[in-house]
Amino acid sequence: MSTELVTMNIGPIHPSTHGVFRMRVTFDGETIIDAEPIIGYLHRGSEKLAEERTYTQVVTLTDRMDYTASMTNNQAYILSVEKLSGITPSERGVWLRMIAAELQRIAAHSVAIGFLINDLGAWHTPLLYLLREREKILELFEMMCGARITNSYLRPGGVFMDAPDEFWPSLNKFLDEMPNRLDDIENLLTDNEIILARTQNVATLKKDDAINASVTGPMLRASGVDWDLRHRNPYDYYEKISFRRPLGTVGDNNDRYLVRLHEIRESLKIVEQCLDLIEPGPVKPEEVPFLVRPPEGESYVPIEAPKGELGFYLVSDGGIAPFRCHVRAPSLINLTLLRDMVIGYKIADLFVTFGSIDVNMGEVDR
Amino acid sequence: MGPVRESFIFEFLYCHLSLEASCSSVRVLNIAFIPENLSWISFILTAFFWIFVFINAALVGVLALIWGERRLIGKFQARLGPNRWGPLGLFTPVADAIKVMFKEDIEPTLSDKLIYVLAPILMVVPVFMIFPVIPYGAKTFLTNISVGVVFVLAITSINSLSVLMAGWASGNRFAIIGGIRAVAMLLSYEIPMGISAAGVVIVAGSLSLSEVVNNQVIPNAIFQPLGFITFLVASTAELNRSPFDITEAESELVAGYMTDYSSMKFGLFYLGEFMATIASSAIIVTFYFSGWRGPTFIPSEIWFLAKWIGVIAIFIWFRATFPRLRIDQIMSLAWKGLFELSLINILVLALMIAIWPDPSGMQLLLMTLINWVVFFLSIYIFGKILSPNLTGNKIKKRSVIYGLD
Repeated sequence: MSTELVTMNIGPIHPSTHGVFRMRVTFDGETIIDAEPIIGYLHRGSEKLAEERTYTQVVTLTDRMDYTASMTNNQAYILSVEKLSGITPSERGVWLRMIAAELQRIAAHSVAIGFLINDLGAWHTPLLYLLREREKILELFEMMCGARITNSYLRPGGVFMDAPDEFWPSLNKFLDEMPNRLDDIENLLTDNEIILARTQNVATLKKDDAINASVTGPMLRASGVDWDLRHRNPYDYYEKISFRRPLGTVGDNNDRYLVRLHEIRESLKIVEQCLDLIEPGPVKPEEVPFLVRPPEGESYVPIEAPKGELGFYLVSDGGIAPFRCHVRAPSLINLTLLRDMVIGYKIADLFVTFGSIDVNMGEVDR
Repeated sequence: MGPVRESFIFEFLYCHLSLEASCSSVRVLNIAFIPENLSWISFILTAFFWIFVFINAALVGVLALIWGERRLIGKFQARLGPNRWGPLGLFTPVADAIKVMFKEDIEPTLSDKLIYVLAPILMVVPVFMIFPVIPYGAKTFLTNISVGVVFVLAITSINSLSVLMAGWASGNRFAIIGGIRAVAMLLSYEIPMGISAAGVVIVAGSLSLSEVVNNQVIPNAIFQPLGFITFLVASTAELNRSPFDITEAESELVAGYMTDYSSMKFGLFYLGEFMATIASSAIIVTFYFSGWRGPTFIPSEIWFLAKWIGVIAIFIWFRATFPRLRIDQIMSLAWKGLFELSLINILVLALMIAIWPDPSGMQLLLMTLINWVVFFLSIYIFGKILSPNLTGNKIKKRSVIYGLD
């Protein structure tokens, strides 16, 4: 039977483009022949704006890049500033920001899994269960810094305020409850026949392809590459922490889901270890000035953000604002593989694959 | 004037209007005034009255279902559901209906105007025709047509035409993909649905819905579980409900065939879908849950209503739980799974009815036992041996490995 190709424009306004992503997709019936991603609908010029602001003010810009993971964005930026200006952070500040970063990873992975299952067509139920857990983390953040999404918690040298007394019992309660909630989620989703049928052997990403495309984060680990910057290139105090790195065996959508789910469990363990090691003390060294004035030079510190390797390349000309700021955004680089992954699969797989890559358009376009 | 006169509720009203001689035994109050030679007037008046009642009852039922579904799914999803308008949010669907009516009515430039307007009407009107033939109680039914089973199956399949018309006429690519998916899926699921219903007919020995209920000593859901499961899955697909909601797949096709519809045209689609859910549930109750039958200390209408709400709740439960299947998996499930299962069901039933044409109580229990054995065996075999073929790829449970230090 002769068929005619249909070219369709999906997005930027579409229920499952996770923001304002646009694709020009060519179908042969239900099969995808070509998928061209078109980005730039959420470009706000964050990198250029950073050149007009002091080093501390830029923290608020980083919040708005990957808005599901503000804490890790702050962390990546602050680590780069600290290296640039040679600030030694205070111990308690580092532990606090590690706790914040791992909680943020749990929140971001919850969102990623929830929306992936939503793209599979489960009518919001698993998503809302996961968002309920995320809500508890956001409440913890609110205790820490007064904000839920755009935290701006970190400062050069540590964090801007200590967590209040009521934070610690709440955190312990969350750590006690979360494994049970994860078991519930696993019972509902992991062995679900429909989810297995929909995600297994779909959009398989080979190890070599992933490395060649410089894919990072859970997506790379789902393809079986043991690459986690917290382990390979420890920043903050991650070398004092022991944790396991879940790896996928095949590299399909199901593995990307499983890796994220198990990383949530590992993050819980990391937070528990941080709680054992944290000691009272100042959260920020006294000698860090209000206006950081790094010497001329450049710095880049990559960190393991929930979506992959995130790093801020900062160039200083000795002034109070960065001379140049460039962000290595994991979402953007992971997204480049979408086209190669979905060709030959069905329409429905396109959205599942897009969900499994877990991009955030705020970070892709910046 | 045919089968309508068999209906008690019809006859009751008719006899209070017409002075017909045969009516005197039914009449309770002597208020009839239309002479016998003008009985067609009383017939039309009665008919219009009941049409009015049934249509409005169906519409109120839809409002109740919308409210119930949103409340129940709210509970499933650990949130409140609608609770602002009226007590327990009861007026929310009314507010929704008013809102839908006052929205701007958009007709896309590329649309085929006539078909575009006809499609939503075709979605709603046939569903109204199912309600009069359902026996709601021992005496409460409007008409008992002798081919009721065939009639309801025929009427419920009209909506696939409407979906295709809507998809085609919109001139939108999301819509046309939704429409084409709908035709492929709905036509495929007609077949297991019809064959399963044949099992019901074999047991009842009649195509009349009243007879189907009368002859169900053991509810068919227990008596022929295989037929029940295939019919339930097939009607879920027929209703475009999750996990078979590929025609309007929100995360893929925005709203599928009704992407370009707005205002009351969209409202009609919405109405049609919810009304089809109600109608299909009534059919399932009649076919598989022995309709209005139940211990007599509760009126038969109440039994029917309780079972009806129960079946609707099953559909809502499905929607809150399952992710969606892909189009090729849905087609495989119809042709490689449900089709064979329904054939096995009808084969076993036909053999047993041939051996015991008029079964006694013990024989009925034995037949039920055999049916359950067949049920478990066939589900096991299809699950283990054919399941990799069903979904298109070999699935197996997996876990992660951990990186070595």
